[in-house]
Amino acid sequence: MRLLITNTTYLVAGVLFILGLRWFGNPRTARRGNLCGELGIVLAVVGTLVKAEVVSYQWILIGLFLGSAIGVPIAVLMKMTAMPQRTAISHAFGALAAALVGTAEYYLRQPTGIDRAAMTALSAEVLLGALTFTGSLMAFGKLQGILPQRPIVYRGQNLTNLTILGLAILAGAFLIYSPTSAFAFPVLIALALVFGVLLIVPIGGADMPTVIALLNSYAGLSGAAMGFVFDNKVLIIAGALDGASGFMLAIVMSKAMNRSFRNVLFGAFGQIQARVAEIAEKPVRTGTIEEAGMILEAARLVIIVPGYGMAVAQAQHKVRELYDQLRRGGAEVKFAIHPVAGRMPGHMNVLLAEANIPYDALYEMDAINAEFPQCDVALVVGANDITNPAARHDRASPIFGMPILDVDAARCIMVIKRTMAPGFAGIENELYYDDKTMMLFGDARAVVSDLVGEISRAAAAA
Amino acid sequence: MSNLEVGIYIFLLAAFLGYELVRRVPQLLHTPLMSLTNALSGIALVGSIALAGAHRTVLSTVLGTLAVVASTTNVVSGFMITDRMLRMFHRGAPASPTPRSPGEPQVGGE
Repeated sequence: MRLLITNTTYLVAGVLFILGLRWFGNPRTARRGNLCGELGIVLAVVGTLVKAEVVSYQWILIGLFLGSAIGVPIAVLMKMTAMPQRTAISHAFGALAAALVGTAEYYLRQPTGIDRAAMTALSAEVLLGALTFTGSLMAFGKLQGILPQRPIVYRGQNLTNLTILGLAILAGAFLIYSPTSAFAFPVLIALALVFGVLLIVPIGGADMPTVIALLNSYAGLSGAAMGFVFDNKVLIIAGALDGASGFMLAIVMSKAMNRSFRNVLFGAFGQIQARVAEIAEKPVRTGTIEEAGMILEAARLVIIVPGYGMAVAQAQHKVRELYDQLRRGGAEVKFAIHPVAGRMPGHMNVLLAEANIPYDALYEMDAINAEFPQCDVALVVGANDITNPAARHDRASPIFGMPILDVDAARCIMVIKRTMAPGFAGIENELYYDDKTMMLFGDARAVVSDLVGEISRAAAAA
Repeated sequence: MSNLEVGIYIFLLAAFLGYELVRRVPQLLHTPLMSLTNALSGIALVGSIALAGAHRTVLSTVLGTLAVVASTTNVVSGFMITDRMLRMFHRGAPASPTPRSPGEPQVGGE
């Protein structure tokens, strides 16, 4: 009877997860999809609690309580701009759980022997779990600014990393061959932990969206491996869904940068910095707030291009004020969202939604690019590489071939930027030297705020 | 068919189905999507609970309890943050920018 209850809840939970993802395909039903997922987890947990093998609830309750005590404040207090970090740390937690459970299972079963199939799953679970754990912590450190965001590269880096990964896989394979050789297990874990760190060392800020998506996928796969260890179908389903989702996002991200996974993971953007110096010292035109305000006020179609700089300066609410101000003046305002703008998939959409900008004003790259030639002003707020025309014609450029927003086609281009320093990829942006471009130097929030002030003054005077 | 084979079938079917489902999620919702799937993978809670509650060895209870903490954190914060994000997304009214009106979604191409 108990078994029947457990198995039924797992089955229903699996169906609910799939329905939840199905409803997530549309912003109108997405909240229902989320609710479905919640319901599924609650059901599965109840189904597990009634299992015969669960003999004491003390530690479970302590764990549930502590987890909620950590999770609820994070969910309620976290700033939306911290979303990439929060995502990275949650991948770390998920992977940690898988690695811990795998470790415990190994030492429980090792004395009596483990069959090859279970050991294969255990090795995969622990390998993926451990490397995703340290990798995600590293990603968290970089995103939070604890670690430098610039890629760190050194001679022989790829060889070192591949050797360590190879050794880890070898340790796992040896354990499958001889599951009772307990000495190999800590070796496997240690190598996987080290590999996770080394994997993220050469990753720069611009590559974070792809890497976060990959880590998401690994965390899911380690969960699916856990499902194979326990022969638990709902774990397999949820892990496969999570793994597939992370994989899909990673593909979208790397396509949006015109780079392969291998290139993202092993071809650090860091090697490019040497080129920066050779770009000729061309003059840039620095605009004043008055000038920019005047042009914006007269514009009929304005396209705003947000980037990571907007997130760093927390300028999204000021951008919303500008959006309102321009619309009051009769202008049409659209937002152009590049898939890799920011530090994670969908980063800009969330920030703009937080600032209460309706999502029908947000346009994906392919939908908006045709409109740049008709737009009076393209306003770039803290975005860089995704607007660089060099991606279209400069074969020598490291971002050659990357799809970009055709900002240079606009009648007038304004770029809000702190300094002339190149972006994380270390690539000079031709756009800034365009005759139509006006640079507005300063903190994004301050500049946008000044623009709003200027335009509303002009409107009041008129 | 062995349990392993059944498991592999389930894994493959779920992975392909999942891929097709998430491909239809608009870029607009990619951050909430990641947050949701993260919460879903918190289903590891099921394995962690079984371990923490079975009381077999001290090591397994300690590791199991830690795993319960880690996955509960993900489940709780994952679903709450996803909902917090989804509540922020709204369509604009055609004329004036009044917030929170449901209606047809407008989402660009792939």
